[in-house]
Amino acid sequence: MAETLQELGEHVAEATAGAVTAHEVRLEELMLETTPDKVVALLTFLRDDPKCLFKQLIDICGVDWPEREKRFDVVYNLLSLKLNRRIRIKVATDETTPVPSVASVYSSAGWFERETYDLYGVWFGDHPDLRRILTDYGFEGHPLRKDFPLTGFVELRWDDVQKRVIYEPVKLAQEFRRFDFLSPWEGGIERELPGDEKATKAS
Amino acid sequence: MSDVEIKTLTMNFGPQHPAAHGVLRLVVEMDGEIVERCDPHIGLLHRGTEKLIEYKSYLQAVPYFDRLDYVSPMNQEHAYALAVEKLLGIQAPERGQYIRVLFSEITRILNHLLNVTTFAMDVGALTPPLWGFEQRELLMEYYEQVSGSRMHAAYFRPGGVHQDLPAGMLDSMEGWIKQFYPFLKDIEKLLNDNRIFRLRTVDIGVVSPDQALDWGFSGPLIRASGIPWDLRKSQPYDVYDRMDFDIPVGKTGDCFARYLVRIEEMYQSVRIMEQCIAALRTVGGPVRVDDRKISPPRRGEMKDSMEALIHHFKLYTEGYKVPPGETYTAVEAPKGEFGVYLVSDGTNKPYRCKIRAPGFPHLQALDMMTKGHQLADMSANIGSLDIVFGEIDR
Repeated sequence: MAETLQELGEHVAEATAGAVTAHEVRLEELMLETTPDKVVALLTFLRDDPKCLFKQLIDICGVDWPEREKRFDVVYNLLSLKLNRRIRIKVATDETTPVPSVASVYSSAGWFERETYDLYGVWFGDHPDLRRILTDYGFEGHPLRKDFPLTGFVELRWDDVQKRVIYEPVKLAQEFRRFDFLSPWEGGIERELPGDEKATKAS
Repeated sequence: MSDVEIKTLTMNFGPQHPAAHGVLRLVVEMDGEIVERCDPHIGLLHRGTEKLIEYKSYLQAVPYFDRLDYVSPMNQEHAYALAVEKLLGIQAPERGQYIRVLFSEITRILNHLLNVTTFAMDVGALTPPLWGFEQRELLMEYYEQVSGSRMHAAYFRPGGVHQDLPAGMLDSMEGWIKQFYPFLKDIEKLLNDNRIFRLRTVDIGVVSPDQALDWGFSGPLIRASGIPWDLRKSQPYDVYDRMDFDIPVGKTGDCFARYLVRIEEMYQSVRIMEQCIAALRTVGGPVRVDDRKISPPRRGEMKDSMEALIHHFKLYTEGYKVPPGETYTAVEAPKGEFGVYLVSDGTNKPYRCKIRAPGFPHLQALDMMTKGHQLADMSANIGSLDIVFGEIDR
């Protein structure tokens, strides 16, 4: 299984001439990386090539890595029913660089891209209808970004004087608690402890 | 006299409407009685599940999966458990796998019973839901016996299931199966040749195989469109490869075909249940992995072992750490392909957990299916899509 996926990855990388910047098989799953300008061509190839036939777009989602320069990954999961295979394509982007919409290749992309835009603020160029989808009407911000607090910024309640629902800044009865379980004593996690910077580094 | 241009009428449907199966708001553009365009507004039940899971340990994330599609909770736990197991590199023991398959099929029957009967209600029949809900109640008693809860079970855990079946449950299930066959026949008698039901569903919302692929259909919907695709057969997980069952395939791709596929799937689910029950009588052993770094010790053990007590404390406060990696793992949930895209950064909390709900692309296709139909056919379409807002809005 892993070898056929590896071969498939090499085949795609060869046939698309530079659209695939990296490919690897991990946990028996094939993953390709590409750049925003190539994504439509790559997905069209994957859909129509007789060795691929990824006729179904299963999912599009975002992943946020705030410490990276291009902080967002847009992840496309495709499925080939005929060959019974899955593939994952990743595109790195940031807040301002648009990713071309693949709604012209797969109709199901429309809502998945809307969702990614809503939750992460990734802009999809040429999207037929890029509106928010899951959050409230008039919502501000992109809630699945790592720098968006879990509690959000506003809460709403019924105001009996104005006879309508009003939004207010969120008030917490107790401070939000987040326990740090990354114990330095158990090893496995490389991180600097307070005071480490004073020590002379052994080379 | 020149032709008169009639402006379309924009109408609001929902968000509180019995035929909307939850909180669906549709903005419909009508030309007389004909639907020109319908724009579903979703997100009224958005609870930020994916965000919450990023702040919870791997075990604490399990109950969120019950609350997605609250009609088929265990199948969703199954997807999550399989994803975490894949990242951890473990496998549930055989008995645990059989129990999971057994309860996955119970859940499938629960889901299809709800859908088929309320779909009938949407198009005017009132008896099926009354009968069907009684059977659902009986099945949910099994849920309660294994997990203590009728719906939000949190029973499938990464590494197996929470605990073994109580004594006598398999016998009781066999009794239930015996009375379920005639019941299903009765439902078929009520609906299959029912004139009103046929008039409301045959040739309504026809989806061709190409459209089904293009719009990301899965589960009973893609099978009703004539594509024999079922993850339990094509990418079997747990012990599905040992089960003997058939995949029903529809011919017409309309609402009636979707109904027929679901009815036949219930028969097949009962067949799988029978095989699981037979297997569980002989297959013994643990129901979850025997690794104390992943699954907690039994309570009895904790009373006289300090080691066990420490493991218990660590697992329920800190949880276990999952090696860095990512996986997309999918199961055949009753509504279609339910997938979990899990990214781990090596800590005790998921870095990202994207939930791929089958209802999301299905509802997206409602506009395509309903265009040109009458308003009343829209509710037949919604009913046959089998949507639940817990999973669509997440």
